[in-house]
Amino acid sequence: MTKKALVSAAAGIAAWLATGCAFAAPQFSFSKPSVIAGAKLFAEHCSACHSVGSLRYNRLVELGMTEAQIKKDIMTPDGANYLQGMTPTMNMAEAKQWFGIAPPNLSHIVRAQGKTWVYTYLTSFYWDPQRPSGWNNHLFPNVAMPDILSPWGGTYAKDGTLMQPGLESQAVYHKQVAEIVDFLRYASDPSIFKRRADGPYVLGVLILLSLFAYLLKKEYWKDVHKNDKTGK
Amino acid sequence: MSRFGDWLNERFPARELMREHMTEYYAPKNFNIFYYTGSLLLLMIALQLVSGFLLMAHYVPTSADAFNSVQGIMYDTKWGWLIRYMHVDGVSLIFILLYLHIGRGLLYGSYRKPRELLWIIGYLTYIMMMGEAFFGYVLPFGNLSYWAGQVITSIIHAVPFVGPGLTTLARGGPGVGTATLERFLALHAVLWFLIIAALIVMHILALHQVGSNNPDGIEIKKTKGADGHPLDGIPFHPYYTVKDIFGVGVWLTVFAAIIFYAPTMHGVFLERTTFFRANPMVSLPDVTPPWYLAPYYAMLRAIPNKYLGIGLMALAITLPFLLPWLDRNPVRSSRYRPVYRVMIIIMAITFFTLAWVGEQPPLPKYFIVERMGAVLYIGFYLLLPIISSIEPTRKVPERVRS
Repeated sequence: MTKKALVSAAAGIAAWLATGCAFAAPQFSFSKPSVIAGAKLFAEHCSACHSVGSLRYNRLVELGMTEAQIKKDIMTPDGANYLQGMTPTMNMAEAKQWFGIAPPNLSHIVRAQGKTWVYTYLTSFYWDPQRPSGWNNHLFPNVAMPDILSPWGGTYAKDGTLMQPGLESQAVYHKQVAEIVDFLRYASDPSIFKRRADGPYVLGVLILLSLFAYLLKKEYWKDVHKNDKTGK
Repeated sequence: MSRFGDWLNERFPARELMREHMTEYYAPKNFNIFYYTGSLLLLMIALQLVSGFLLMAHYVPTSADAFNSVQGIMYDTKWGWLIRYMHVDGVSLIFILLYLHIGRGLLYGSYRKPRELLWIIGYLTYIMMMGEAFFGYVLPFGNLSYWAGQVITSIIHAVPFVGPGLTTLARGGPGVGTATLERFLALHAVLWFLIIAALIVMHILALHQVGSNNPDGIEIKKTKGADGHPLDGIPFHPYYTVKDIFGVGVWLTVFAAIIFYAPTMHGVFLERTTFFRANPMVSLPDVTPPWYLAPYYAMLRAIPNKYLGIGLMALAITLPFLLPWLDRNPVRSSRYRPVYRVMIIIMAITFFTLAWVGEQPPLPKYFIVERMGAVLYIGFYLLLPIISSIEPTRKVPERVRS
């Protein structure tokens, strides 16, 4: 069963490659602007169903957004609280009835699955009339989620043929998916920018300390090495 | 001495302790890079105490809130990420140091008479640390924590007669839940930590009783100068204290680089499955222990029979206790024992290969690696008494090389 799924997935991806569809390594730029762009795209396309419960809206201020921008571009209008974690618009109990499973909280998805996995997942949907949602996924067979990005990225058949082109060029579309993944990567570990900013100073101080400690040690050990020569 | 100093020393043996353990504790002057590990372990364990105390101030040991409280530390607590990464990455670094420290003991024969008890106390500390690490990684209650807790406590099930009862006692119920987290927190932060701290004190006292070994494996007390001090010895303070400060500087630089630039070490120091909330309904494809426990797990899996597998694992963990009596060669250090040196290199490769294979999914293609590793590991201890009594040795010098 799994083997069959793997073989068909491999065949699908091979066919997709052969047809020359835009396959490119994910273009993660991972910077504050790319995370903000990703947060906006996430708010627009994903946060109707998915929460990012661990990340509070007001946290995004550290990326350089203002409270007004966050409220306008990121927060879903109903029920969201600026000081609380990012919530979905959808009622989770209803969502469970519709999809068979409640859409998961995506706070830790990149830490748990890896950024490449999330990117590949988002770009591996294909049209499958046998599924209740009409969608299936090469990476995650029989997934409950429909390909909500297909109006922009295009609709593909299982063998990789383009059934319906998307509104955006492949280059723009893939960059935007990468930005969503950048945002989720930040959401799974928001200390990352702080770590990167402070890291050089911390390491600098410690290297300096080691250097002085080395000089101190050398000074103290002079007489030990002197005694080595005299055999004392 | 100042008047305050006199006042203090009439009431507390500060000067005496300082003299006995620092300024007049003579250590061999030929310590190499391996000899930084002792002081670094002490530092890292002190740091674990500090970071652990701060984590515990925010942690909630219930199955409903444990995962959230840890995420609260990571997302909402000021400097919480730094404290947690220090605590999590600190564990892996402690085990790296422990393996270097133990490996040094093997290389230079530091377990040999008169240091048998020093070796046994140290090895016991290592075993206690494995327990401490296990209790610790169940606490965040990610899905890996939950399943690791289930799997490890189920090992107790194999104990004859009382096994099932003991498992329930360890978990505080039929499965891993709030009662488990509460008792694991108590064990992790109080009982186990106190035992480890006591063992470390005993380890240092035993060391200062017999004196440090050195890379040449020569007893420095044999050649004493006119003043009664070993000719090849130097006072621990100031010589090794200043040297160890340098070691601390370099080590903290490495530690900070990991915390600031690769805190999960690509899933090796902080596994990916710990980022899913504990879920008894979703079993993990394969429950693998952290890298530092993986060698024993690999040996557990090497025999497809629960009792024999556990027996092999228990044997692998306890055999090193016998090392002082298994080694029969009059020479200590591997510097002068070429065959023993090769055996240790094979042992080190075996151990880390077992660590690697223990992290792999349980597929038939890995069985052969696990079994070969187990044979080599056990074989080292079985062959040592024979090989050490017939192996050729080089001439050991009278004085240490520097």
